[in-house]
Amino acid sequence: MAQPGTIDPIHQFEIQKLVPINLFGYDMSFTNSALWMVIAVAVVTLVMVYGSASRSIVPGRLQSLAEIAYEFVANTLTGVTGREGMKFFPFVFSLFMFVFSANMLGMLPGSFTTTSHIIVTAAFAMLVITVVLVAGIIGHGSHFFGLFVPSGVPGWLLPFMVVIEVVSFVSRPISLSLRLFGNMLAGHIALKVFGGFVAALLGAGVASILAPLPLLLAIALTALEFLVAFLQAYVFTILTCVYLNDALHPGH
Amino acid sequence: MRRLLTPALFLSSVLPALAADAEGGFPPFNAATFAGQLFWLAVTFGTLYVLMSRIALPRVGAIMAEREATIETALAQASKAQAAAEAEAQGLELALAKAKANAQAIAQEARAKSAKDIEGKRSTVEKDLAAKMAAAEASINETKAKAMGNVQDIAKDAVGAMIEQLTGKAPTAAAVTKAITSARGE
Repeated sequence: MAQPGTIDPIHQFEIQKLVPINLFGYDMSFTNSALWMVIAVAVVTLVMVYGSASRSIVPGRLQSLAEIAYEFVANTLTGVTGREGMKFFPFVFSLFMFVFSANMLGMLPGSFTTTSHIIVTAAFAMLVITVVLVAGIIGHGSHFFGLFVPSGVPGWLLPFMVVIEVVSFVSRPISLSLRLFGNMLAGHIALKVFGGFVAALLGAGVASILAPLPLLLAIALTALEFLVAFLQAYVFTILTCVYLNDALHPGH
Repeated sequence: MRRLLTPALFLSSVLPALAADAEGGFPPFNAATFAGQLFWLAVTFGTLYVLMSRIALPRVGAIMAEREATIETALAQASKAQAAAEAEAQGLELALAKAKANAQAIAQEARAKSAKDIEGKRSTVEKDLAAKMAAAEASINETKAKAMGNVQDIAKDAVGAMIEQLTGKAPTAAAVTKAITSARGE
């Protein structure tokens, strides 16, 4: 824990137990992380389930929001995979909405960003790759592994190509999880650091004249972080769509 | 660039200090919290997936499909109504043109008929007038002839009387006539 009086930009990622729970010898405590996951799900549910409850032909505000979200994800998915990708729509939609609302809720002062923990992003990435593998093997059987054998390559080069393809496939979940994790972590640390500069400069006598400079930067960074929060959710989703497209249409 | 560098620089200065932290270092890498996070992630994401796939998405999809169907029906109805209106307007125009032509024909016919009528009447009247004029002329001539005859008789009578006065003896009618005729004949 940081000493009192100093600004610790890592403190915001600390997991705190709210309700200690122990299941099967594992620590399953209800933590601040779990709380914000629940809040994220609650927000998405409010918009999507409560918002669409009236089923109006002319939508209200909340229903418009629900429809925009629906169309946005549906267009993203069908744009990459075509119509047949719609069978993954609930999965991709849940993924996008969870990551997006978790990222956005993380922008609230004092909140906890669940997607800034690598275990969460890695779990999502593994889930995506598992879905891709299972869907690909169910849909195309052994044909699916043609994904690793590019066509039109001379025979002597083929082993190398297969190795490269396998490495690229295996690195997908790693890059997928690290990208989201890194962006959320770095952004929040940067925000906290610049916020800390403001506080430090204010307490530094004459130098406090300079305090507005990091404040302006912090404001600009906040705007940027909102963009990043959306963009990373979108990137995560569109890459998921690209990988799902491999499962639907293996073979280059 | 600055944005990328700042956290990196910061981390390099902060992490060593954190490594000594009793809580187990950098929180995202604290494996003790992994099981709990995974558990709650599974619970919350599973709940979200069920809510979305069972309730929200079918409902929103149905709303949007219904809206599309409503709009399509309305558009189809509107275009049908428009076509009907256009057809009706065309029919009206046709009827109007027909009526116009009809009216023109009737007017033409009426004009021709009235002209013929007038011509007939005029010729009748003219014929009538000519006949009357001829009759009047004939009657004038007749009257004139009669009058002339009477004049001759009067002359004969006057001649007979004059001669009777002069001679005391009435001449015969034949002698008078003969004398008058020879006088008139010069």
